[in-house]
Amino acid sequence: MKNFLFTTVAATTLLSISAVAAAEKVTITIESWRTDDLSIWRDQLIPEFNKIHPDIEVKFNPTAPTEYNAALNAKLDSGTAGDMITCRPFDNALAQYDAGHLASLNGLDGLENFGPVAKSAWTTDDGNDIFCVPMASVIHGFIYNKDAFAEVGVSVPETRAEFFAVLDKIKADGNYIPLAMGTNDQWEAATMGYYNIAPNYHKGEEGRLAIIAGTAKLTDAEWTAPFAELAKWKDYLGDGFEAQTYPDSQNLFTLGRAAIYPAGSWEIAGFDANADFAMGAFRPPVANKGDECYISDHTDIALGMNANTANPVETKIFLSWVGSAEFAAIYANASPGFFSLSDHNVKLDNALASDFVSWRAECNSTIRASAQILTRGTPNLDTEIWGASVAAIKGLSTPAELGAKLQKGLDNWYTPAN
Amino acid sequence: MTPKIKTIRWHIPLLLLPAVIIYSAIMIFPLLATLNLSFFNVEEGKQVFVGIANYIVLFGNEIYSEKFWNALGNNAYFFMIHMLVQNPLGIILAAMLSSKKLRFTAFYRTAIFIPAILSFVIVGFVWKLILSPLWGIAPDLLDMIGLKSLFLPWLGKEAYALTTISLISVWQYIGIPMMLIYAALLSIPEEVVEAAECDGITGSSLFWKIKLPLILPSIGIISILTFVGNFNAFDLIYATQGALGGPGFTTDILGTLLYRTFFGFQLQLGDLYAGSTLATVMFFIILAGVCGYLFGVQNRLRRYQF
Repeated sequence: MKNFLFTTVAATTLLSISAVAAAEKVTITIESWRTDDLSIWRDQLIPEFNKIHPDIEVKFNPTAPTEYNAALNAKLDSGTAGDMITCRPFDNALAQYDAGHLASLNGLDGLENFGPVAKSAWTTDDGNDIFCVPMASVIHGFIYNKDAFAEVGVSVPETRAEFFAVLDKIKADGNYIPLAMGTNDQWEAATMGYYNIAPNYHKGEEGRLAIIAGTAKLTDAEWTAPFAELAKWKDYLGDGFEAQTYPDSQNLFTLGRAAIYPAGSWEIAGFDANADFAMGAFRPPVANKGDECYISDHTDIALGMNANTANPVETKIFLSWVGSAEFAAIYANASPGFFSLSDHNVKLDNALASDFVSWRAECNSTIRASAQILTRGTPNLDTEIWGASVAAIKGLSTPAELGAKLQKGLDNWYTPAN
Repeated sequence: MTPKIKTIRWHIPLLLLPAVIIYSAIMIFPLLATLNLSFFNVEEGKQVFVGIANYIVLFGNEIYSEKFWNALGNNAYFFMIHMLVQNPLGIILAAMLSSKKLRFTAFYRTAIFIPAILSFVIVGFVWKLILSPLWGIAPDLLDMIGLKSLFLPWLGKEAYALTTISLISVWQYIGIPMMLIYAALLSIPEEVVEAAECDGITGSSLFWKIKLPLILPSIGIISILTFVGNFNAFDLIYATQGALGGPGFTTDILGTLLYRTFFGFQLQLGDLYAGSTLATVMFFIILAGVCGYLFGVQNRLRRYQF
């Protein structure tokens, strides 16, 4: 760690020296955990930006995801961090803003292209200040094996009754495991299960904000009903789903042994590479045909400005560009499954990805219910929901018991503002 | 009468100094710093002294205490399995290896010891694969002998996960008690054994009446090593079940609980102060166990000089 710090300090010092030497050309650096995106930035995004602003040199400087938070905080404390900081959603970035490491971006050009849900992950609790430009989100839904659907003779379900009818048929057919999901890793059951289907019950933002405001409780029917639905999934999971891990589920689906995969859109690139059958996607089923639908469109990544940057003007120019349509189009197409959060109408080349993103036009977007504010104390609601989702699927507790447990945990530390 | 000149032998502290400095810097100081940190907390952005408030929360608040007692209970069970399975089995293996009639002892010794030098990541991964209900060989093996119906996804079932993990850990570390006992058995002088044989003690009673009492001190040391190792355990559970000690916290032990508390996990932010409190409690649990052993048991064991 010390060695690592020393090299980064040395590297940044060298950088700043070379910047002084170049003088006329300003270099700004981006701190990020997206090592996977290195080529996208280097080959596509930065050259595109330099077409408009050739005088600003941009360096993308990623750190391994597991080390990012610790390394970045150390660099921020010692004043050696880059000009731009890739923001984790919610409390992590908020803590950096509160500590004075991230600058307020109120009034930045380009921010007008983002809706309130998109900005929610990087605004203060009172909603007054925004400190990162939203970049991308991930959407939940179900990816299905088109060949399997054709073979069994079922079509894409729209309502819950249809969804379970499809599962029954696939199960009766016997060739495919109806649902590829396991409970071993816990987060899988919560993220692909609960957070995926719950927005249709709690009416997305309305329910989420009601919990934060304290006008609704997790014991209410709209919060416990998703657990009841999860309990019904049990019969459609593979043998030994209790010990099935997340990679197991991915493999079951891409090997063509399972028909439906409760998914997050980040799977798209991997599935496209590994599955040799046609895939489609459908959104979480609603209660009745034509009901208003809600999807989990979870804010995941954003870009902010180091409050102590030496080049605030250039950094702001770049951040405004991150809010532009060009950036959205390049980024969303280069990493299918990570969707631009801006209101720009981006055309996606990837069929599966455009399936996912099309739901935005038909449904209301929300984020995972526990992500904002509610995970701040102990026990944090997110991890509690992991355990509760697993318990629901296994049938260890009734939905009402789970709701009561979650609410009790939340009451332990959270008092709604009003 | 000339006064006795007291010479201070400077070379002794001087020679001790490097070890003292290094040990203090990397062991004593962090230990005391952790202890110190457990008396602080953050209030309104500032670190303030809170006395034993953190401990009151840990033991008094149901949310924390429930997790703590659960982890402690699991840890005790984890230790119990090791004491009941690993150590007796280690002794039996060592006794068999030291028997002169057994051939290929070097091979068995090496084969049984190899898992102990494997990384926990490999052990965790291999066993997870063996027991996987999807791709594992365990269901197929059971199928071959017609016992497929006995197969369960053990690592995913609340009732079996902790026992399964404990047995995996036993499998990994059984070589260590075996080696220590084996060495102790080899160091028993031939004369003692021959004298016993002259008195008509042979076969298994030779082991029970002569050899076992002679290796009791080694068994004591192994027990205490097992105790310390088990209550500091973390790696195998983390590798097979993840930091949450799933399913449903049934394999959550003090190590994983400390990891989550101190470093945070996913959206849970790390809490330095609660983590230090827990680390201090763990330290005292282990200290109590070791002291209890040293003063209660070790001193009473009779030693034989040859």
